[in-house]
Amino acid sequence: MGRTVTGVDSSDEGPPGDPHGWLPPDEPVSLLDPDGSYHEDPEHPLDLDDEQLRELYRLMVVTRKVDREAINLQRQGQLGVYASCLGQEAAQVASAYALGADDWIFPSYRELGAALVRQVDAAGLLHLYRGTWLSDHDPYAHNFALMSIPIGTQALHATGFAMGAKLDGASIVTLTYYGDGGTSEGDPHEAMTFAGVNDAPVVFFVQNNQYAISVPLDRQTAAPTLAHKAIGYGMPGLRCDGNDVLGTYAVTRRAVERARRGEGPAFIEAMTYRMEAHTTSDDPTRYRTKEEREEAAKTDPIARMKNFLTARDLYDDELEREIDEQAQELATYVRDGIYDADHGDPMELFEHVYVEPEGHFEDQAAQLRAELDSAGEGS
Amino acid sequence: MAVTLAQAINQALKDAMSDDERVLMFGEDVGRLGGVFRVTDGLQEMFGEGRCYDTPLAESGIVGTAIGLAMYGYRPIAEMQFDGFTYPAFEQIVSHLAKMPNRSRGTVKLPVTIRIPYGGGIGAVEHHSESPESYWVHTQGLKVLTPGTPEDGYSMMRAAISSDDPVVFLEPKRRYWMKSDVELPVETEPATQAVVRREGTDASLFCYGPMVRTALEAADAAADEGWYLEVVDLRSLAPLDTPAILASVQRTGRAIVVHEASRTLGMGAEVAARIQEGAFYHLEAPVLRATGFDTPYPPAKLEEYWLPDVDRILDCLERSLSY
Ligand SMILES: Cc1ncc(C[n+]2csc(CCOP(=O)(O)OP(=O)(O)O)c2C)c(N)n1
Repeated sequence: MGRTVTGVDSSDEGPPGDPHGWLPPDEPVSLLDPDGSYHEDPEHPLDLDDEQLRELYRLMVVTRKVDREAINLQRQGQLGVYASCLGQEAAQVASAYALGADDWIFPSYRELGAALVRQVDAAGLLHLYRGTWLSDHDPYAHNFALMSIPIGTQALHATGFAMGAKLDGASIVTLTYYGDGGTSEGDPHEAMTFAGVNDAPVVFFVQNNQYAISVPLDRQTAAPTLAHKAIGYGMPGLRCDGNDVLGTYAVTRRAVERARRGEGPAFIEAMTYRMEAHTTSDDPTRYRTKEEREEAAKTDPIARMKNFLTARDLYDDELEREIDEQAQELATYVRDGIYDADHGDPMELFEHVYVEPEGHFEDQAAQLRAELDSAGEGS
Repeated sequence: MAVTLAQAINQALKDAMSDDERVLMFGEDVGRLGGVFRVTDGLQEMFGEGRCYDTPLAESGIVGTAIGLAMYGYRPIAEMQFDGFTYPAFEQIVSHLAKMPNRSRGTVKLPVTIRIPYGGGIGAVEHHSESPESYWVHTQGLKVLTPGTPEDGYSMMRAAISSDDPVVFLEPKRRYWMKSDVELPVETEPATQAVVRREGTDASLFCYGPMVRTALEAADAAADEGWYLEVVDLRSLAPLDTPAILASVQRTGRAIVVHEASRTLGMGAEVAARIQEGAFYHLEAPVLRATGFDTPYPPAKLEEYWLPDVDRILDCLERSLSY
């Protein structure tokens, strides 16, 4: 056998120059072709039952629906801005699904799909984009940290959390998401250094959607692949077809279990494509062609999983109806939760800055109170 | 011709790059896209990918390499995409850009311009609306400039690029689309001088960047009530034009400092200190501050309650007049 993705097992021995088998495979792991045909890979056996296979599909469809609803809400002036995950549903859903219930996710701003796997309140999540508050979900309720906007910074939090879990003897793995652009920032590099040195149970999951706003991958790195960076920090660099929900699941699952066994961190590069603009404020016609996008659309993650399920007799009209209804229900819930949502009492601005606010800004709070009173606003 | 602040800065960049081939422009998305605010629109087309280029997503890298390029002999202009994303570059700005010239006893010159769109009022998500000027002003070795008009956007940007000192150039992003009727190129007052935008007799409003227009609106509103406010656009936060500040207070006897940044250790603190040091006997009232609150910048839907506006300025005026 040539180079395979063997780096996730402790027993692995790689070729000279890569004794641990940490260099990435030549081709990303892929179990589903774009047309949905499945090929077995002995290194990535499918440990999912029929219900779970359907569940992965359902989560992707629901994600796409809510994502679309968020874009619509933005167009209607209900959100200030929104960063769509269109096209990245498989990468997010599969990786989040590969985690155990006690494991933690440290997301960027684009991870709606991962959030829905965790059953984070989707309307609450979008308050960040509406600007009713800076975020609106309890990280501890879902083991889903706050969405981080400064690029790549959350990788360190995931690493620290994993170090804490290890120190405490808890069987918790963390997974952090960032983008191809994020691999250029300093923080993720420091995170990988810390994770490697401490054998921290953390998985660095990079969705390589080919762009950081307008900047294409080849202006972001000169490395053969992003996954090649991993070996430099002492961890395996894995790659998967991020539009293949099964391949992504299998690769992430192995990395997560390896980390759980105490064998250290891993880095996963999931190859995907950002089908939408960077955010609703962006105009991608300035930097990429329609043809390129159309070509990428042919690798759609949802269509191929539907073909797969159909071929296995796991998909029928009833399932379709059921899933569509669920998706619609959640989209309506999100719309109701966001539409004209009130920002609440402005005095809250002073409420959470300190645990012990005494002495900081009583005069300023009084000033705002007076301003609100004279404008006839507030409670 | 009607010119926006964004267009004026864009023209200044073009003219500077045409005049001096050592001038480079780089940052995230500044090339092909022309910047998220289109301030660098057309530069890559005009000057090629060698002189206007997209960097990897790494602010420390952007400023750190700007320092190296400057040591080589270039005059780099580096863009930080937003105020709140400057912090990864803090180390390079504070430890090297600001200090290396002094460290080298003047042998190393770092004619670097760091462009930073700053301030709020655009309904953005977190980290896109901050006013970090105090960090830069408190860092010795940096000049800190901020235009409040399109004319100054052009002229002060040219001055920043020509300066042999490192300059942090703060662009009030909510005023990018503000227009002036002006023919470019234009040369306004020297960049380190404050300018009286409107003369008045009853109190001085000291303001800069995004608040210049707000202060002028407050002065309009006050005039309707029979109070005449002098509006002083500081323009340069480091150095601060102390003589112009004192002269204005000597005329009016009252001072109000206006800025978006949080109050504590904001520019208002320094301006007030200089006024009481230099014009104590001219003061009819304490120096007051109309500013953002000492809380993190709020979510978009609450920013109107947080940002200083005409009413907050007039409240200060009322209090000042009550002494
Ligand atoms: C530290 C920092 N610098 C700049 C930005 C502005 N910014 C927001 S998203 C983005 C591109 C991110 O690209 P990538 O990491 O590939 O993730 P994607 O958005 O494609 O998911 C940039 C430059 C930021 N949010 N944080």
